[in-house]
Amino acid sequence: MIDEIDRQILGVLEDDARTPPDQIATMLGLDPQDVVGRLERLEDERVLVKYRALVNWDRVDEAMVIALIEVRVSPQRDVGFDDIARRIARFPETRFVYLVSGAYDIAVQVAGRTLREVASFVSEKLAPLEGVQGTTTHFLLKRYKEDGELLDDVEETTRLPVTP
Amino acid sequence: MSRSVKATEGPGSEPGTTPGDDAASEPARRVTSRARLAQRVREIPSSGIRRFFDLLASMEDVISLGVGEPDFTTPWHIREAAIYSLERGYTMYTSNYGLLDLRQAIAAHLARLYGVAYDPADEIVVTLGVSEGLDITLRALLDPGDEVIIPDPGYVSYAPCTTLAGGVVVPVPTTVADGFKVRAGAIAARVTPRTRALLLGYPNNPTGASLSRSELNTIAQVAEAHDLVVISDEIYDRLTYAGEHVCFGSLPGMRERTIVLGGFSKAYAMTGWRIGYVVGPRELIGGIVKIHQYTALCAPIMSQKAALEALRAGEPDVRQMVAEYDRRRRVIVRGLNEIGLTCHEPEGAFYAFPSVTSAGLSSEEFAERLLFEEKVAVVPGTAFGEGGAGHVRCCYATSLRNINVALERIGRFVSRLG
Repeated sequence: MIDEIDRQILGVLEDDARTPPDQIATMLGLDPQDVVGRLERLEDERVLVKYRALVNWDRVDEAMVIALIEVRVSPQRDVGFDDIARRIARFPETRFVYLVSGAYDIAVQVAGRTLREVASFVSEKLAPLEGVQGTTTHFLLKRYKEDGELLDDVEETTRLPVTP
Repeated sequence: MSRSVKATEGPGSEPGTTPGDDAASEPARRVTSRARLAQRVREIPSSGIRRFFDLLASMEDVISLGVGEPDFTTPWHIREAAIYSLERGYTMYTSNYGLLDLRQAIAAHLARLYGVAYDPADEIVVTLGVSEGLDITLRALLDPGDEVIIPDPGYVSYAPCTTLAGGVVVPVPTTVADGFKVRAGAIAARVTPRTRALLLGYPNNPTGASLSRSELNTIAQVAEAHDLVVISDEIYDRLTYAGEHVCFGSLPGMRERTIVLGGFSKAYAMTGWRIGYVVGPRELIGGIVKIHQYTALCAPIMSQKAALEALRAGEPDVRQMVAEYDRRRRVIVRGLNEIGLTCHEPEGAFYAFPSVTSAGLSSEEFAERLLFEEKVAVVPGTAFGEGGAGHVRCCYATSLRNINVALERIGRFVSRLG
């Protein structure tokens, strides 16, 4: 079971995955050993899946093409959408795979080095899958916000250094 | 004498800068511009913080724990509400008291949080932050020579604004042994026939001290016994980490003798909007609003619109920011104590107020050398009164990363001294 303290620990890490357990303990008024134990449990339960960096690849001088793909599929007996969604998710080219409500069923983000690479993934790997009725590909043009963080429009602090 | 000198100079010019002026030939007739200032203005010292600010202005890569405001930007929905109000053309004066719907929202807010009732019609004035509220309250209450009892250390404006209003400051020292909480007995001991008011600021800037209900009740008894008006600056009311904040006006029998100063700057990260309020019994508010109408006229309407949005939908923001401050508070307090700078537990606001006596330096020397040697800015405790000697104010309204780096640098500085 995830309790309120777990939630607070997860909140701290979601904001800064590099926060050391000792610091988390101080921040939340906990025993450091308790925090370490909780982290291990959360990792074991895959509540904490990974500690990652949020990278703005637009600032890196390296071509990267990202596409959002709407996938319409026909659900299958017994397994519904899960089977096809998991099948799509196994392709390393996909960055996220979501089942969504609305005009299409599965939302997929695909990354590649070139437009051609992404396009051929869609036409050669994704579209021919059994159960896939059709796809619509949207190429990503510019990123403004990622995982809750503004990317380019960063609000710089302009506070005076000393105020009463 | 000053008049005759003035006649030789253009308006606004500085002595000695007038072309063709020969100061040396007429030394007896020269006065400095300063001499033209009113005596009460000359008598109040320049802010100790100001001097420090000048030192800092030329330096780079400084980590500042010297600020007195949130590091958060005003939540977007509040900014958006203000932008929308401008688009809609809300650019006029409002009532002197402020927008009625804002006053109603403030009344509802105080009733909900503290169970105290103020009539939006004539017991609430929206002001240009607590700064204006403090000034006009003191001016409305004080006759020349009236004494105001003020805990020391305290916010930098309390004493000068009292002096400017013609009052006499009577400091009550508070001590680290008491967690910088003012004691009722110490207040009572300073009451004279001229004592008019008691000026409290809790949670406290710079010490972070808060007062509990029972501590406040004993102070209320003193106010009652000596018929004092209580001016309670509660700008940090929402930033409390141990126990609930108690509004002084909500204490039994205190409403009729209490002026509460409140605002949006700290809780909603709205310092630049200059928006706050004064609430109290209508007879006192009637006098306060008279000064407000002749000086400020009204608070800026866009700021009032923003404040209304803050009260309507800002509660989750407050909770989130308070939770964040609390975490940083624990980190900085522990860090300072580990360095050997003894730091009492600050229960409110966003300041740690460690003792620097173990470093063998005065608070000014400590702050100055720390700035030059390690590029960390803190504010000497003496900027907040004599009672702040031996301490420095460290604001933790800055990122955890900054706090950690600052602690590292302070640690290096202190160990070099030892």
